[in-house]
Amino acid sequence: MKSNQITLTFSSIAENVSIARLLIASIGGQLDLSLNDIEELKVAVSEAVSNAIIHGYQSVPNNIVYLNLEIADDTLIIVVKDEGCGISNVEQAMQPAYSTDPERMGLGFVFMQSFMDELQVESKLEVGTTVTMKKRFKQTPISSH
Amino acid sequence: MAKSLVLINLGGMVLNLEKKIERLTLLLRIDGELDMHTASDLRQAIDSEIEKRGIRTVILNLQDVQFVDSSGLGVILGRYKKLLPLGGKLKITNVPPHIYKIMELSGLPKIISFYIDEAHAYEEGRGA
Repeated sequence: MKSNQITLTFSSIAENVSIARLLIASIGGQLDLSLNDIEELKVAVSEAVSNAIIHGYQSVPNNIVYLNLEIADDTLIIVVKDEGCGISNVEQAMQPAYSTDPERMGLGFVFMQSFMDELQVESKLEVGTTVTMKKRFKQTPISSH
Repeated sequence: MAKSLVLINLGGMVLNLEKKIERLTLLLRIDGELDMHTASDLRQAIDSEIEKRGIRTVILNLQDVQFVDSSGLGVILGRYKKLLPLGGKLKITNVPPHIYKIMELSGLPKIISFYIDEAHAYEEGRGA
């Protein structure tokens, strides 16, 4: 049984989104996931972290984003948390093409949903938002079996 | 040069843009990762040429783009929307397969014209 856990906390600045992607790509490599799966995980993490910075913290840089990666049995659990402004209507925010900014496509949640097996968004106004994403992967068969 | 390449591969913090201008056409060869951090560099690079030089056709060569998310796609769509009322055009060439998959999911290929290479992008619409 594989089990592993990593937590990364970082400032809410755009430069850190690529660092979050690097971390998930490394974990994907450890789990022997395909390059395609790793690409998809990178997009999902990029979207969740970008949302935390742009929407949760309104692009104010001196805040903290929490990224937690957990591997339990055959599931990779990714949690992205901010302590920002929160989302007033989660259901509406998750609709495709919903965006508060015309320069953005409103596809963040669509990508997260498409690339992960499970997506859960919990949000409270003025408290923050927690995005939990799960991806199941195939365990490497035990050779003695 | 080698140093900046390492930076791109490790952190995706650098976006290299190679610019070529021919009459009212801007060609941009993009090298790096297109996310919320680098998207504003791309937006500024294109918008300043549209405003300063009256550029009307923008060709984006994505051959060396290693990553794109909705922030990157948003900037591309935004440039399309900016050029449209000016009678301009946005064209995309040399898209790597894994980047195309993301673009397809966003519906972008239904709106923006894709070409296999720069020559095809230049050819279409020329002399018309």
